[in-house]
Order: sequence, then C-alpha cells, then structure tokens
Amino acid sequence: MVDVTERAKQLREVAYYPGCALEGSGNGYDVSTRAIAHNLGLKLRDVKDWNCCGAMEVKNIDPKIQTYLSSRVLSQAVNATRNNVVMAPCNGCYHNLKKAEYDLAHDQNSRDVVEKISAKAGHKTYEAGQAETIHALDWIKETIGEEGLRERTKGKLAGLKIANYYGCMYVRPRHIFPEKDQGPGSESTSKPHFMDDLLAAAGAENVEFPLKTACCGGAHTLSDSDMSTKLVLNILQAAEANGAEVIATECPTCHSGLEMHQIRAEKRFGKKTNVRILYFTQLLGLALGIGPRKLGIHTNISESIPFLVEKGLT
Amino acid sequence: MPIHEKSLIRPENITTHDDLVIEGVDVSGHWSTFIETRVIADYNEAMEEEIAALPGGENIHRCWQCGSCTNSCTVHAIEPRFNPRYWIYLIRTGMESELLRDKDLIWQCVSCNKCTYACPRDVVPEGVMKATAHWLEMKGHVPESPSMIFDKIFTEQIVEHGRIEDTKVLMQFLKRTNQPLMQDWLKQIVMNIAARLPVKWGLKSAWSFVFHPRTRGWKKAGAALQDYIIEVEQHHKAALGAGTSNAASNDNPPQRKLHAAE
Repeated sequence: MVDVTERAKQLREVAYYPGCALEGSGNGYDVSTRAIAHNLGLKLRDVKDWNCCGAMEVKNIDPKIQTYLSSRVLSQAVNATRNNVVMAPCNGCYHNLKKAEYDLAHDQNSRDVVEKISAKAGHKTYEAGQAETIHALDWIKETIGEEGLRERTKGKLAGLKIANYYGCMYVRPRHIFPEKDQGPGSESTSKPHFMDDLLAAAGAENVEFPLKTACCGGAHTLSDSDMSTKLVLNILQAAEANGAEVIATECPTCHSGLEMHQIRAEKRFGKKTNVRILYFTQLLGLALGIGPRKLGIHTNISESIPFLVEKGLT
Repeated sequence: MPIHEKSLIRPENITTHDDLVIEGVDVSGHWSTFIETRVIADYNEAMEEEIAALPGGENIHRCWQCGSCTNSCTVHAIEPRFNPRYWIYLIRTGMESELLRDKDLIWQCVSCNKCTYACPRDVVPEGVMKATAHWLEMKGHVPESPSMIFDKIFTEQIVEHGRIEDTKVLMQFLKRTNQPLMQDWLKQIVMNIAARLPVKWGLKSAWSFVFHPRTRGWKKAGAALQDYIIEVEQHHKAALGAGTSNAASNDNPPQRKLHAAE
C-alpha cells in the first residue's frame, strides 16, 4: 500500500494530456481543469507534441493503430514529470491510454506492432509500466480529496441538485482498469462514485441516478443521429425525473452529445428538457469561487449562466 | 423482444389461397392457412473463420449463447431486432442468409462495451459486431455504413496531421454522406452559442479550421501508420479471399482504401 499522503504529494505535479476534443468542442473542460489546478496550487505539465489517442473511431479500421497512437502519447508523457503520471480528463483519452497500457502488458502481438511502427516513426517504443494514466477525477480525489474540498468550498454548492453522469469509457471494459473495484476507497465500475463524492464535498445534493454509466451514443452522434438522440433523451429525462437541475459530466464526447441532442430531441421529437449540462470541473470551479467565464461556462452549448446567477453561484 | 412475443413463423412463409381445391376439399380462404416448409441448405461454413480473422472477431468461438450481451445491449433496448447473441449463433452455424436479413442493423453498435462487461466468456461481442460489420462491407453485402465513412475521415485526419479538428470532421462527414451542411438542429446550436461567445473564441475556431491543428514532427509517424494500414487491409482481404462465399461479388469491390497522406 502506497502512503496516501506521499502519493497526494507526488500527484501535485502531473503530465497533462488534454487531447483533441479539449482543444476543440470540449474547450470548456480544458479551461476549467486548468483554472481549478491553478486555484488549488496543482501543477499541470503539458505533454509535448502530443497526438490523438485514436478516439473511438480508429479502432474500427484496426485496433492496433489505436494502441500505437496511445503508446506514442504515453512515450511523450514519460519524463514529462518526475513521477511519470499522466492525467487525461477526457474519458476517451483516459480509456485508450489505459487500454494501450493493458494490451502492451498482456499481448505480444500488440507489442510487436507498436515496436515496428515506433521504429519507423523514429522514436523510442513505449513499454508497459513506464507511465501511469489517471483521470481528472482520480487527480482531484487523491490530491485535494473530499476533506480538502470541504474546507476550501465551505459547501458553496448547497441546494444544487446534481445527476452525475460518468458514461461508458470511464468504467468499461473492467479489465483495463485494474485499480477499480478494489474495495472501500477505490472506484466502482458498476456504480462509480468519485464525481458524486467530490461534488457532495462541495455541498451539492446528488440525486439518485440509475443511468450513471448508460451510453449517450457518442460513437454515432453524426452517423446514426436518431439513435443518439433517443439514448440522450433517456438520460436527460431520467435526470429530470429524479429532480436533477444539473447533469455533471466528465467526458467531452458525452458532454457535447448531451448538449447537442438535447436541442435535437426538441427539434426532431418535440421533447423538451431543461436540465443544464456542466463539466464537473466547472462545478468545482464555481464552488471554489472562480468566475463562470474563467471556467468557460459561456462556451457550453447548454445555457446555464442565468440559472447559476439565480442560485447565487456566480 | 421476449421470445413468447415473437412470431415464430415469418409472415412471408404463411400463405392462404383464394381458390384452391385439394382432393375434392375446398381449402380456399383463411380457415386453412398454409405454412411454407423451409429447408436450410445454404450454409456458409467459412463465415465464422472469416469473421474471426477480422479485428474484434477473434474470440467468437468462445460463445456459449447465454444471451448476456443482448440482455445488456444499449441498442437492443431501442431496436429489438438488434440481437448480438442471435447473430453470433448464426455466424457460428454458418446461416448466412439468415444473418443477411439483419445486414443493415449490425453497424449500429455504439461500442458502449456493456456486452463485453457482461460476457462471462470474454467473447468481446462489441468486437464481433465490428468484425461482422466489416465482413458485410468487404463482401459487398452492404454499402459502406455512415459509421465506417466517419471512422475513415477521422483516421485520415490523424494519419495526415496527428490530431483531429472537430469542425472539419463534421463538415467532411456531411459532405461525403451527401447531407446538407446546415442541419436545422446544427443551426440552432450555432445560434445558441453565437450570441454569447466572445469574438476571440470565433476567431480561434476559424483559425484552427483553416490551419489544421497538427502534431509537430508527425510526418514519419503518419507515413508509418499509412504503411501499416495498407498492410492490414491486404491481410484482411487475404483472410476473406481464402474463404468461399456465394454472395461475394466482384462488381462491387469493397471501398476500403484510406486516401490520406498521399
């Protein structure tokens, strides 16, 4: 067992891999992650010359292309910090780096392909175990923790009803997340709770939400839009039925999927929902007293500023 | 769909005759319904092996038909005909014509991995769905699915630049699938955010649209990936060429070339 305080100290400086979505449509996630890091005194060292992790698309051409892409990101992250920990807030990136790590540790064929492409590309082959990938949730939970957030936020989110939505890539498939499902204190793949814990520590009221790990149809958001709209509508309606005012997200694909299909559901199926959609980092930022513009809340498609003003959160 | 709600005889196999007399007995009309007998003889024994040779399909032989995949399936809940357990059964038994009835559904798998999470035999049904969708396209049974077009555009951009630019992927996708660039819901989204976004943000996205974000020093990696893609595609084709399928048509060659970084 690693000493918890020692680990917390180590993680105060991590390599940061934003990924393509956070530079584009999910920019609010990037801005708010950096803003809370600054506020909390945590250091983010950007991974140099990173590339796309392969997202959900590349594996359908061939899964090993994704393994290579993610392994290159990991090789860029090695030595970016002393502890070789890379933090990826995007669920897709996080999932792919974890998957590459697992495949490289367990599958000779993956190792051979990655070695071959890396040699041609002219860089050192990444070897399993050289870096550790964590999610933004792990990062806040392990460095600041619930106690730290309680002290810093003084329950600022009190009275805010939140449905925490984790999505698919953070928990499935189970085998690529060996640190999850390890009993008390660890994350659960069937009922994840890290986001619930952090937001509750900031004073929010988490509503009962059975669709925490339901799928938003993000992979087919454009190629099979009606399917995605139906899946998103399920999530939005379930959140509202359970009294949520806000859905907290931790993935740019889920986030923009919920936002886009909330509008599309109204246009196409005449089903209007009013629940607002915010990144959990934006909510934590508000709890820490950071202004909504500094958290990129105005760049979200889902309009939530008037609501936040009404709640006295800005 | 629960099995007891399922009609076990397909409507096209049920016939009634307006005017039919058999051995002096008038059997016209609905009182005497005939069921067409069906004998399955067109097995494609190579199908399982071919699908197993495509990425994702490797573990199909492990399936013992428990149905956990279909039970947990995201798409099945919305489209009851989407049935991974049944399709795996058809593939393993070589019932190609039966599988082809659902050929336009299989690509709809959203890769949520609930099946892989639930599967007690590590079949990775999600992978099998992707491999089957590939197989259908490569054999010319179906045109390239919108999902495959999207995946290709995405991969092309990565091979070329190392990174993705959202707007460009969106525009190229709508163009290649012959859809209007301004969908009504997209218009609504643009209008929603345009009003409250600072000019700086607009300039920034215009900038990244014109000057595609790219990874420094990507050229060699991109070329290496392109080589690898060509190699695996030849490998996949060879794996399918080895089998015999009665439906493989040469007039309709699978369009699987990635034309990036040329």
